[in-house]
Amino acid sequence: MSVISIENLVKTFGGVRALDGLDLRVEPGEVHGFLGPNGSGKSTTIRILLGLLRRDSGQVRVLDGDPWRDAVALHRRLAYVPGDVNLWPNLSGGEAIDLFGALRGGLDGRRRDELLRRFDLDPTKKCRTYSKGNRQKVAIVAAFASDVELYVLDEPTSGLDPLMEAVFQEEVRQLTQAGASVLLSSHVLAEVEALCDRVSIIREGRIVESGTLAELRHLARTTVTVETGRPVTGLAELPGVHEVRPVDGRVRLEVEPEHLDTLLAHLVRFEVRALTSTPPTLEELFLRHYGEATDSEQRPAAGGTR
Amino acid sequence: MSAFTGTGRLARLALRRDRVRLAIWTLGSPLIGYALAESVASIYPEEQNRLGYVEVANSSVVARAFNGPVASSDLGAVVVTETYLTLAVLTALLSTFAVIRHTRQNEETGRAELLGAAAVGRYALLTAALVVVVGANALAGALLAVAFIGAGLPAAGSVAAAAAIVGVGLAFTGVAAVTAQLSVTSRGANALAAAAVGVAFLLRATGDVLGQRSTDGLRLDSAWPTWLSPLGWGTQIRAFGDERWWVLALPAVLLIAGVAAAYALAERRDVGAGLLAARRGPARAAAGLLSPAGLTWRLHRGALIGWAVGVAVLGLAMGLAGHEVDDMIADNPAAAEAIAQLGGGDELVDAFLAAMLGLFALTIGAYVVQALLRVRGDESDGILEPLLATAISRHRWLGTQVVGAVLGALALMLLAGVTTGLGYGLAAGDPVGWTVELTGAALLWLPALLVVAGVVTALFGALPRWSVALSWAVLIAFLLLGQLGAALDLPQAALNLSPYTHVPSVPAVDVTVLPLVLLTAAAAALLAIGLITFRRRDTPT
Repeated sequence: MSVISIENLVKTFGGVRALDGLDLRVEPGEVHGFLGPNGSGKSTTIRILLGLLRRDSGQVRVLDGDPWRDAVALHRRLAYVPGDVNLWPNLSGGEAIDLFGALRGGLDGRRRDELLRRFDLDPTKKCRTYSKGNRQKVAIVAAFASDVELYVLDEPTSGLDPLMEAVFQEEVRQLTQAGASVLLSSHVLAEVEALCDRVSIIREGRIVESGTLAELRHLARTTVTVETGRPVTGLAELPGVHEVRPVDGRVRLEVEPEHLDTLLAHLVRFEVRALTSTPPTLEELFLRHYGEATDSEQRPAAGGTR
Repeated sequence: MSAFTGTGRLARLALRRDRVRLAIWTLGSPLIGYALAESVASIYPEEQNRLGYVEVANSSVVARAFNGPVASSDLGAVVVTETYLTLAVLTALLSTFAVIRHTRQNEETGRAELLGAAAVGRYALLTAALVVVVGANALAGALLAVAFIGAGLPAAGSVAAAAAIVGVGLAFTGVAAVTAQLSVTSRGANALAAAAVGVAFLLRATGDVLGQRSTDGLRLDSAWPTWLSPLGWGTQIRAFGDERWWVLALPAVLLIAGVAAAYALAERRDVGAGLLAARRGPARAAAGLLSPAGLTWRLHRGALIGWAVGVAVLGLAMGLAGHEVDDMIADNPAAAEAIAQLGGGDELVDAFLAAMLGLFALTIGAYVVQALLRVRGDESDGILEPLLATAISRHRWLGTQVVGAVLGALALMLLAGVTTGLGYGLAAGDPVGWTVELTGAALLWLPALLVVAGVVTALFGALPRWSVALSWAVLIAFLLLGQLGAALDLPQAALNLSPYTHVPSVPAVDVTVLPLVLLTAAAAALLAIGLITFRRRDTPT
């Protein structure tokens, strides 16, 4: 049974269709990356999962409950870190952490102190004096010190420095080792690559790509650079080969993964001296979907594989 | 680039940001001045009435403490005495908040850093704020002088009276320029400057209470503490008496000294830093905080204590003043009628006390609106979202807020009854009897306050984005219906729209139970609407 399952979810604000038939599935024990630019509907989806917004249509189940009807019962079993953390200016950070923990139904005091130490957060400062990153740490500590089944993290690290980012990644791994599931919405592709078992890419309110990183890579072209003894010919006629161009006496090209084998068989006839094959980075996968919005007029075929 | 580069642009930016606030300020204070002048003129039309007024005002301890000395028995002097405190405190606070809005608040939010990185001098932000606030004061003052002259008062006195108010505004502009340098937060800077207004009020009140009255009772020479207070200087100008223009030099000196100090402090500190360190809090929450009720108490504690102090002081003063009502208006039927209209009944003192409790109930209605609208503030600030993502239901959270606001109002109303009763009882004899009677009378207003809470809750649930403006509009409508409705001869159907109309004004009239029951039922219905609509809607920012 999935931890989160969304089918054909629609949410409109006035005339704007923020979510337009979105499907999403998060399995137990996985870290699920939720990628998309600002305004694509990530936070709207998360707010519906938390029962803060009401869906217009579609099926949504969280921990086998209805997020709108069973909000309170579900919220005992999940923890949320918003992207833009606002706190009570006159409470200290420690007070805010304890308050969130208590309202969620309990906090592990030892874990709280350990997290404060690891994230290097001073809990005696008033919330109004915290920077954005420190406010985020308050929300992260409050969430991670709660022993729950599901963590919903909405761009949790946008204000953290690289050191804290590393601590964050270690802590997320600990959560999943303990059996929890995580939905991680993020802009930081390196973070998603490091942490996530599966990834869903959202665009204009729909999921355009979903799967493990390996599966996603399989859908995208690999870049191959080859140096040969004799000039290579006949590349353009090969199936699945694109963008062939000479670079410093070598040839660089893009190939669809299922045609890699044919390409290699063709190349060996030209005395291969050096060959590098680079699978697409997540960034390339991501840009492939978002480059389209601006490039589609010039290159309608570029993002053809969906 | 000089230290002042960019001042002009920043001043225009401040004007753009504050165009509505500044318009309300510069037009509102003359309008209040004009309205009050007209109403005073209708209550004290004859020299004879006014001589009596001056005699009582200069001898009554309460009148001295609140209004200060009366300069003469001219109509203008009575108008100034009746309007000065309101306009002066309003102007002081408006000037203070405006200065801090455009200085410390910019630093706190980080806007100042953004601006400072542009071609903007070190002093530009502070100077722009001062230019705007001094300009607003000058404009509001000029219009106020015109308003007084328009109300038929002599020109010289009108200008002096307006200048007195401007002087107060300028003096506190200087004070706020300094407090903006001291505190790291705009809240702290505002609190420091508001505390300075409070101290100025107490100094003036002390000096005027201790002052020497002339043998004919028409002149009061204030004691030295008045001269330490910017609020005192305004009364010492003696507008519509023997105008002492040189007193205007005092606020000018304070403004210049304050601005010079602020520049010196700004030179010595970093952007964003203050001279007073930010206080720290506990590393762990006390057990009492860890529930919706605990959090609500913690968030409203400060404001409630402030309100309680204000209500208690005002209650005692009003109670003590009640004993002087008969003397003050013995031979002034117009004033007697005004009070009877507010309070009802035949006994003038009972009418006065009932009217005071009604005013308390209206004022405490503002507490209810302010406390309860925090729910909307939390929602639009994004504080609500993570709260509702915890295991707290929407009903429980909103219900806690409503109960908190209503309990706060109950406490304040009790305090108003106790202190008014005690004050009147001490002056008239029988403090215990009067305390009990007026406390009971004060509690009768609770159903009206429940309706106010119901209105705010229903608006928050049904029309979140409009709830702030509409809630205040409704309260102001209740205020106008109560205070002006009878005077303007509005039809009873219109007056009946306000819950305050339906509360029996004890002790002036007898208790009737039915309207109180109906008000409570209406409040319950409104609260139910609020809870249900809030449960069913999104949480928009």
